[in-house]
Amino acid sequence: MTTADYERNMVLSSVDYKVLGTRPVRHDGADKVTGRAIYGADFDASGLLHGKILRSPHAHAKILSIDTSKAEALDGVKAVATAKDFPQTGDKSIEMGEDTTKLKWLRDNIMASDKVLYAGHAIAGVAATNPHIAEEALALIEVKYEVLDSVMTTQQSMAEGAPLLHESLTTQELGEDSGIVSNIADHFQHSKGDVKKGFEEADVIVEREYNTAMVHQGYIEPHNGTALWSPDGRLHVWCSTQGSFVVRDSLADLLDIPVSNIRVTPTEIGGGFGGKIPIYVEPVAAILSKKTGTPVKIVMSRKDTFEGSGPTPGSNIKIKLGAKSDGTITAAHAWMAMEAGGYPGSPVGAAAQCVFAAYDIENGLIDGYDVVVNKPKTAPYRAPGAPNAAFGMEQALNELADKLGMDPIELRLKNVAEEGTRRVDGPTFRRIGAREVLEAMRDHPHYQAAKKSGHGRGISIGFWFNIGFDSACNIAVNKDGSINLTEGSTDIGGSRTSIAMHAAEVLGIAVEDVRPSVVDTDTIGFTAVTGGSRTTFATGWAAYEAAQDVKRQSIERAADIWDVDADSLDMEDGIISSKTDSELKMTFKELASQMSDTGGTITGRAAVNPKGVGGSFAGNIVDVSIDDETGKVSIERFTCVQDVGKAIHPSYVEGQMQGGSVQGIGWALNEEYFMNDQGNMANSSLLDYRMPTSLDLPMIDTVIVEVANPGHPFGVRGVGEANIVPPTPAIANAVSDATGNIMTQLPLTPGAVLDSGK
Amino acid sequence: MKWIDYENAKTVDEAVKILSQSGGKARPMAGGTDLIVQLRVKDPRVDADVVVNVKDIPELNELSYSTTKGLTIGAAVPCHKIYNDSNVITHYPALIDSASLIGGTQIQGRASLGGNLCNAAPSGDSIPNLVAHNGVATLAGPNGTREVAVEDVCTGPRQTCIGKDEILVSINLPNPGEGFGANYIRFIPRNEMDIAVVGAGVSVNISGGKFTAAKVSLASVAPTPISVPNAISALVGESVGDGPIQNAANAAKEAAKPISDMRGTAEYRKHLCEVLTRRALNTAVERAQGGK
Repeated sequence: MTTADYERNMVLSSVDYKVLGTRPVRHDGADKVTGRAIYGADFDASGLLHGKILRSPHAHAKILSIDTSKAEALDGVKAVATAKDFPQTGDKSIEMGEDTTKLKWLRDNIMASDKVLYAGHAIAGVAATNPHIAEEALALIEVKYEVLDSVMTTQQSMAEGAPLLHESLTTQELGEDSGIVSNIADHFQHSKGDVKKGFEEADVIVEREYNTAMVHQGYIEPHNGTALWSPDGRLHVWCSTQGSFVVRDSLADLLDIPVSNIRVTPTEIGGGFGGKIPIYVEPVAAILSKKTGTPVKIVMSRKDTFEGSGPTPGSNIKIKLGAKSDGTITAAHAWMAMEAGGYPGSPVGAAAQCVFAAYDIENGLIDGYDVVVNKPKTAPYRAPGAPNAAFGMEQALNELADKLGMDPIELRLKNVAEEGTRRVDGPTFRRIGAREVLEAMRDHPHYQAAKKSGHGRGISIGFWFNIGFDSACNIAVNKDGSINLTEGSTDIGGSRTSIAMHAAEVLGIAVEDVRPSVVDTDTIGFTAVTGGSRTTFATGWAAYEAAQDVKRQSIERAADIWDVDADSLDMEDGIISSKTDSELKMTFKELASQMSDTGGTITGRAAVNPKGVGGSFAGNIVDVSIDDETGKVSIERFTCVQDVGKAIHPSYVEGQMQGGSVQGIGWALNEEYFMNDQGNMANSSLLDYRMPTSLDLPMIDTVIVEVANPGHPFGVRGVGEANIVPPTPAIANAVSDATGNIMTQLPLTPGAVLDSGK
Repeated sequence: MKWIDYENAKTVDEAVKILSQSGGKARPMAGGTDLIVQLRVKDPRVDADVVVNVKDIPELNELSYSTTKGLTIGAAVPCHKIYNDSNVITHYPALIDSASLIGGTQIQGRASLGGNLCNAAPSGDSIPNLVAHNGVATLAGPNGTREVAVEDVCTGPRQTCIGKDEILVSINLPNPGEGFGANYIRFIPRNEMDIAVVGAGVSVNISGGKFTAAKVSLASVAPTPISVPNAISALVGESVGDGPIQNAANAAKEAAKPISDMRGTAEYRKHLCEVLTRRALNTAVERAQGGK
């Protein structure tokens, strides 16, 4: 082992707390490392049936008929479900976590009714006494198709005369229904200032087109769900999800039953990254359970997960930038078309909120196109849309810096967005940390060190806006002074502990004295998805408020015991004391032991929908080496800097920064949906869908920057997403630096890098 | 639901008997690292009613060396035994290039070179190496045993000349003689857990500053691993140096007939044949001349 000549994981912090900023052991750690934690596929119940789903081999086809009679006749098969079994309720728009979609589209994506729109599109579900029989039954289902021409990219899909996926889909043109039937679901614009004038004033202009491939989140645990539909009409679902309430509400819409009849229990989750916000197998399991009266479990295979869940889009992006010779950007135009998959709803809207966000741009224009293609319906993936946008924007900036003869970090600092900057897409920033991130990058030993001979170096920054939304939290005080904390946010990255730390900080108790539990939808108030980097921010805030509730009541109880005015008391570091009488002192634990005699258990509660969301900026410095005979890129050194507001649990923050970096590295170098001529994914296995392994990665060094979010009591911004935005352009910039060729296409496979010079 | 029988053969004769009586629907199993996966995904090329375990047959577990007979590798000997074997380390160090490359540590505890050959994947990581070592396969069937050069065993993707009633008993690598060096390398986009985009197995014998013998074999560029006779003729008789090595590498590029797929385009694969053959030959020469 060699020792680095610098601090590997730095925390640039200005505020100290008692509990926040420490690194306690996670509450769920022992169960997870000993294999006792219950994941969706572990779920078992008496009489459990196993479900499998038949999927379309065609990328685009009309369904002429489905004959399930032979499958139903097979010994061991208990039920078969098709689209016909879903209530054909009206065509309303429904909320799906961070997105909205039309109910018919959601329903048809779960089970195709009239058409299949991608290879892997679900056609029918079978429940049988074991998974092998269910699989055999799938082969007995006879589906007649009329195969249609398919479109795989936005370029193909937007072309004149392209095959139409939806005969009734008309383009929303700048907010108005154009009445024109096409594969373009939506074209929107954001503008600020006068772009034409801005480009006229520019001394230097760069303009380039970029393409990125569809990629998958790559969570290790496939989708799964078990449903039990009781004769009393109550439906209980156990599944791996980022939002139990989204599952509940989506099921209520799809199955046309009240939310009060549905209970969703979230099991432990083996990764989601946005991909486990939508539902896929849960409603099919529910229908099959309704038909059989027994619990039905469906677990996707890896192939199912690639072909039948929600990846993030491939995209076609054009960036044009103009600048004065001193580096001041005078105008910027981004044109972005993103693959929605079979149904409308790509993340191009979010991409538009991020593409120019890091910079103060006087004259800007953003065009966004949401385009349907014959590939799986896209789902959120960690800062959805933003990495695609940054791949173009942050390379264009480096090209601009080259032309201007400026250091790429100095060019960014020259134009950096700050408090009061109005974004091209509208909002005005409150206090943000873009400048601090760039300065930390510039001053980092990595950037200060000379490049090794033959290596290329690239940098980039990226933005994600983060979200707030509803969260609820309940606390019950135990007689020993510990507390039970219940909340509804699926714990993907250690959020149980970071949420518990909020309560511990308020009450002045040890985080080990908090018992946090993630509970089902019958047991806690509505809580939005674990997504949008909101969980520590919003559910943490709910815990903060619930703990304040406990604190207030504790002071009142002490006031009763001492027969003094509650206003004369205070609670600090877990000790209740009088502001005026130094004799009056009691620990929270002592008070807890007297709860029964003073009115019973103290319970605290809170439900919040916080508005003070603070966006997060992240930046990378990357050194690469390239085998100039094979084109293979090796990541030699990688540094991630991120403004997180306040790192509640720095180890989990570092984990998020490193995880986002690794996913970005995979996205940059090798990952892609490789579609064959028939529109089938040719690499739907972890062998050929090449996510990086530990042997492909260097240590990811982290620098946590803490520029407090003024909208959160502890300054939290949210850390989960911004870190996946800079890696693809930073690596592309590094490869360009090494080869002298601009990288306009992802992934940067060895063959593509070798060809880039041609 | 399809049921598959499992038989445990204790002798070569017993294994051959089971195979003969199963109407072509029996498959011998050594480590099972390919076979079990293929059965699970119902690979149509592996239509088996019976799986015959051959790991308990003494001849298939032999790993021995003598100066006259060379190295005998029983068909079921797992990779980890090969790369830990002192005779292999001393006399056939290049064999370790493949044995330590196939799978991870756990897979290497079961996977065998015999199985890799019988699986006959175009990308099989040990086959070009066995060819480079002039390997000869011993097959046993109802009519006794026969010997086939390793380079003639594979006849198509997942197809071999081994009869449905035959088993591979062992692979013999003759004594390589003086001035021998070999090397197997492959190109993969990741650093692990990948299928060779191209693999190159080569060997040279050097005497008096000249190539006296050579082998060049490639994986993943044709329906089977292939030998490159023109590369051999580019080397044999020539003085050791960059010129003949480059000519051999060019011959390898010329001989390759790859397809384009998600692992690389045909053009890129041909390019890699030249690069990898040249690199492997350089290493083989270095080893032949006493380097590591």
